[in-house]
Amino acid sequence: MRRYFLLASAEFRRQSTYRLALAAGVFTNSIFGFIRFSVFYAALIGAGGTIAGYDKAEASTYVWLGQGLLAGIGLMSQHEVSERVRTGEIAIDLSRPLDLQLSYWARDFGRAALMLPARGLLPLIIGALTTGLALPDSWTAAPLGLFSLACAVSISFLLRYGVNLISFWTFDVQGYANLYLLLMSLLSGFYVPVHIFPGWLQTIAQASPFPSMFQSPIDVISGRVIGGAALQVIGVQLIWIAVLVLITRLMMWRAQSRLVVQGG
Amino acid sequence: MAELQSVRRDPTSISVRESYATVLRSRIRAQLTYRSSFWINAVNSFFTGALEFVEIYVLLTNTPTLGGMTFGQATLVFGLANLGFSLADLIFGQTDQIPRYIREGKLEAFLVRPMPVLAQMITSDFQLRRVGRALLGLLVAIAMVFWLDLDLSAQNIYLLITTPIYGAAIYAALFVLAGGIQFWIIDGSEFTNAFVYGGSYAGHLPGSVLLAPLRVLFTFVFPVTVTAYLPCLLILGLDGPTFLPAWLGWFAPVFAVWSWLLAYLIWRLGVRHYTGAGG
Repeated sequence: MRRYFLLASAEFRRQSTYRLALAAGVFTNSIFGFIRFSVFYAALIGAGGTIAGYDKAEASTYVWLGQGLLAGIGLMSQHEVSERVRTGEIAIDLSRPLDLQLSYWARDFGRAALMLPARGLLPLIIGALTTGLALPDSWTAAPLGLFSLACAVSISFLLRYGVNLISFWTFDVQGYANLYLLLMSLLSGFYVPVHIFPGWLQTIAQASPFPSMFQSPIDVISGRVIGGAALQVIGVQLIWIAVLVLITRLMMWRAQSRLVVQGG
Repeated sequence: MAELQSVRRDPTSISVRESYATVLRSRIRAQLTYRSSFWINAVNSFFTGALEFVEIYVLLTNTPTLGGMTFGQATLVFGLANLGFSLADLIFGQTDQIPRYIREGKLEAFLVRPMPVLAQMITSDFQLRRVGRALLGLLVAIAMVFWLDLDLSAQNIYLLITTPIYGAAIYAALFVLAGGIQFWIIDGSEFTNAFVYGGSYAGHLPGSVLLAPLRVLFTFVFPVTVTAYLPCLLILGLDGPTFLPAWLGWFAPVFAVWSWLLAYLIWRLGVRHYTGAGG
């Protein structure tokens, strides 16, 4: 356990050295936040004030929470594992007395622990000062929200890790990574909330793990879902974590048996 | 006269234009070698563009008009902006890679060769696969011309043809501008994304949805509303919102020249700054 904690804190420190990149990220997130709020707000005006329970303040909260959590949840893909598979260094990783998946998972938590406050707070403050935020009226929103956020970080990690593992079977995972990015940004609620999708698209989204990594934590933190409904949302997230752990473990198990055959 | 020139010409040297053509041809041939990979990437590029359209589609299933535009009208804006952007991306998208070029020391190699750095960068990694997205923009724009049953007057034909061209010029200037800034701040590629990708995002939307400060920023500093929205107002015979009168659409060439002036200055300063610091 201690070893994984050390890995997480090392990743936290590594990420914190890129100060200029952090500042640049906050700036860009804010510009995108203003554009995203603009278009959502224009749609609200066109629809007569509200869409699916989103009024001006709720829309603003949705957009700025999303911009704040973007880097923390880690929506963008990373290629380190597939890169190590390609170069063969993965064999060294596997011989270490650490679980490969757990060590990457711990590092991803270290990254998120830095990114959430470093890149999350400022966009939220900018949003509160300019377009306004709707604060949740339930005191459970914050603790449940934090837990939901930790689940979202895990789901995002497991999906990216799974895409990386495909490199055991094919040389070029770039195509799969692009496809993942495409589906994720559409179905997670990254552009517009899943709640305002037309029915058929909502059904597809709800059947995928993607809303659990973006829409769900935003819903719980902003207090759109409270009490039993919030617990239900978190329950779905936990089920996805279990399913994704199972799938990635299976993939790794198959991949390792292939590795042995090739290495023999 | 022709004889004189041929005598003076050194048989071992090739003209600058020929050398560019050779590099470009080799880049295109290399990409077409792996046919399946090329097609997968081209299709991906098509769908990346389509995905950005889903946001407008979803919003317009919830409201009859977005920023005063109907579904077809907003789609025409999207199609024309997308065509302009993807043409610029096809040719100038590589300026994104400057931080990588600097890290790998490729930039030094560019600097010692007797060709402009920008020209070398364009030809070094010409991505033909991005053509998929340009095709999407073209198809969407043509479909909307029929869907909206546009009056094909001389004015509209002129605007429909020139808009993607000036649009491509403006987006290309943004790519070059962002590249120029990256010579200073290596870690700051995300900073320039705000203009290039934020600008492209804003340019694909009906400009009337933008909050007033953004309207001014994305028209008079980074003129992306000119890449589709303003000319579309003229084509559709609509009035513009505050700060964005429709007649501004006629000034697309002026906006294109302005954005290239800005890009040229920043790029030149950037390259000079880099040689000064790199020693």
